[in-house]
Amino acid sequence: MLEIGDLCVALAGRQVLHSISLTAQQGQITAIVGPNGSGKTTLLRAMTGDAPFHGHARLNGLDVAQAKLWQLATIRAVLAQATQLAFPFTVTEVVRLGLQSSEVDAQTDLPARALAMVGLASYGNRAFQDLSGGEQQRAHLARVLLQVWQPVGPNGPRWLFLDEPVSSLDIGHQLMVMGIARRFADAGGGVVAVMHDLNLTAMFADQMALLHNGRLAAMGSPHQVMTDGTLSTAYGCPVRVNAAPDHGPWLVPQAMPA
Amino acid sequence: MVMLAETTDIQDRSIRAARVTQGLALALAVAGLASIGSGATGVSLFDMLDGLSAREALILWDIRLPRLAMGALVGAALAVSGALMQGLFRNPLADPGIVGVGAGAGLGAVLAIVLGGLLPATLGAWIGPQLVPFAAFLGGWAATIALYRLASRGGSVSVATMLLAGIALGALAGAVTGVLVYMADDRQLRDLTFWGMGSLAGASWAKIAASLPLIVPVLALSPLLARGLNALALGEAQARHIGIDTERLKRITILGVAASAGASVAIAGGIGFIGIVVPHLLRLATGPDHRFLLPNAALLGASLLVLADIFARTLLAPAELPIGIVTALVGAPVFLWILLQRRGIGGL
Ligand SMILES: Nc1ncnc2c1ncn2[C@@H]1O[C@H](COP(=O)(O)OP(=O)(O)OP(=O)(O)O)[C@@H](O)[C@H]1O
Ligand SMILES: [Mg+2]
Repeated sequence: MLEIGDLCVALAGRQVLHSISLTAQQGQITAIVGPNGSGKTTLLRAMTGDAPFHGHARLNGLDVAQAKLWQLATIRAVLAQATQLAFPFTVTEVVRLGLQSSEVDAQTDLPARALAMVGLASYGNRAFQDLSGGEQQRAHLARVLLQVWQPVGPNGPRWLFLDEPVSSLDIGHQLMVMGIARRFADAGGGVVAVMHDLNLTAMFADQMALLHNGRLAAMGSPHQVMTDGTLSTAYGCPVRVNAAPDHGPWLVPQAMPA
Repeated sequence: MVMLAETTDIQDRSIRAARVTQGLALALAVAGLASIGSGATGVSLFDMLDGLSAREALILWDIRLPRLAMGALVGAALAVSGALMQGLFRNPLADPGIVGVGAGAGLGAVLAIVLGGLLPATLGAWIGPQLVPFAAFLGGWAATIALYRLASRGGSVSVATMLLAGIALGALAGAVTGVLVYMADDRQLRDLTFWGMGSLAGASWAKIAASLPLIVPVLALSPLLARGLNALALGEAQARHIGIDTERLKRITILGVAASAGASVAIAGGIGFIGIVVPHLLRLATGPDHRFLLPNAALLGASLLVLADIFARTLLAPAELPIGIVTALVGAPVFLWILLQRRGIGGL
């Protein structure tokens, strides 16, 4: 279980998060949504031990602020919103960085399997920097998946923290990646994902936290949180849930045949 | 099928890196023999094969072997310090000689030469010949830390800032060095000019012994940093997510850069571009994986510097070119070439 209590973050002298409390359960996908600058990435960075914070954050009972980096690395993996690769590694070499140190020198087909999982099976030997934006995002996801390959480990459930995992993906790959997160949760792991796409959130999230100006505006199932009033206030524009437009083509992923 | 191909390719890559290691070891051996067999006295390898005359033994043991050993040691140290620094700054243009670390080490060395006499006699006797290399290490260390502080913000390094801050640091260290040179007496001045040119001409077993304690640990232990430096290529936060203690990694890497660059500056002066050319060539050949890059850089750096030294000694024989000129003639265009390539991809 991930427990966040009374969490406050100040960056460059400005209070970015105000007293956030929430829990996320293994076996579930917990989505963090909210407008730009509302503090989603900052909240995720606090949860993963990257940003200093007041309050408490515990993952599987482990105090995130005190835990050793290697300890955290064995129970959770993080997909950042953006990653800049410094040297011309191949795709496989980048994915292999996710291998835990005990496995690094072993001959293993896990990197290839992780790549196949994100639809990049034949990309292993290509230069990472030559990949398209969406392909790079999926390759990083393969690396992250490799780090927590078994959703449940000896120290309890493992966790995926994903910051906008589908931001540069087409609709087919969005569904593919959300499906991977779904299966990870179904197998007993925990998933915390920052999302912008409310349709995908409604479709895949078990729980969602809505941030607004650094505060928790709403928390609950998509049914509870996704109401016209709540979303309109948070996003500052009129939002209508479950309303079909009068004309024009439109599509939502929910309506796609499985 | 796909999975099978992937696995074999990874094997191939480490096999290729291992082959390159073997090839480079061979190249170093050949370069070493060539180096022993060439010199101003005209004594060749064949002259030495049929037993050594007293004069030949003297040339071999007191001139050519120390020169070969120092060339190999300095070349390996420069190449590894370049590779380490590039991993730390996440940029292939970082080189101790270019971004002021060499100048900082030089300042340390000059300080030790000029002011070393002021040390309490017992302390001076205790440190002895280690004083200059150690002072160069401290100077290089201070410069590396200052550079990293100046050029990095929140875990990411700005290359433009790195290069410009390096120029400023180098100029500052050079200016202070200039003041010290004015203060030097005649004997010190001879030491200084001898040293400052970037040359292996002053090679001796004593200098080698003085620099060994700084260079050998870096060469031997740098592969332990490989996994961390590979992860650092993803960025500092991402490396931490994988479980790398980036603060410790950076501290140790900075120490390694300063020790190897400082010690080589202390015994051979400023020899440029080995640290940039060698890792770049190896990345082209076997990729940027530091597990292969670091050991192979030591071998290739040693071979190249021994070769450059043969050129320096024979091109205008009996006169001798400072080796720094030879490495700059080859290295500076390579540096510009990397710069142009990176300008092409916009990323600098
Ligand atoms: N390092 C920082 N220093 C100062 N302020 C910061 C820093 N990082 C973020 N902020 C500020 O904190 C607020 C929240 O930023 P955050 O990145 O968490 O937003 P977000 O919800 O992830 O937005 P987006 O949807 O655009 O990704 C923003 O106002 C941002 O300007
Ligand atoms: Mg964000």
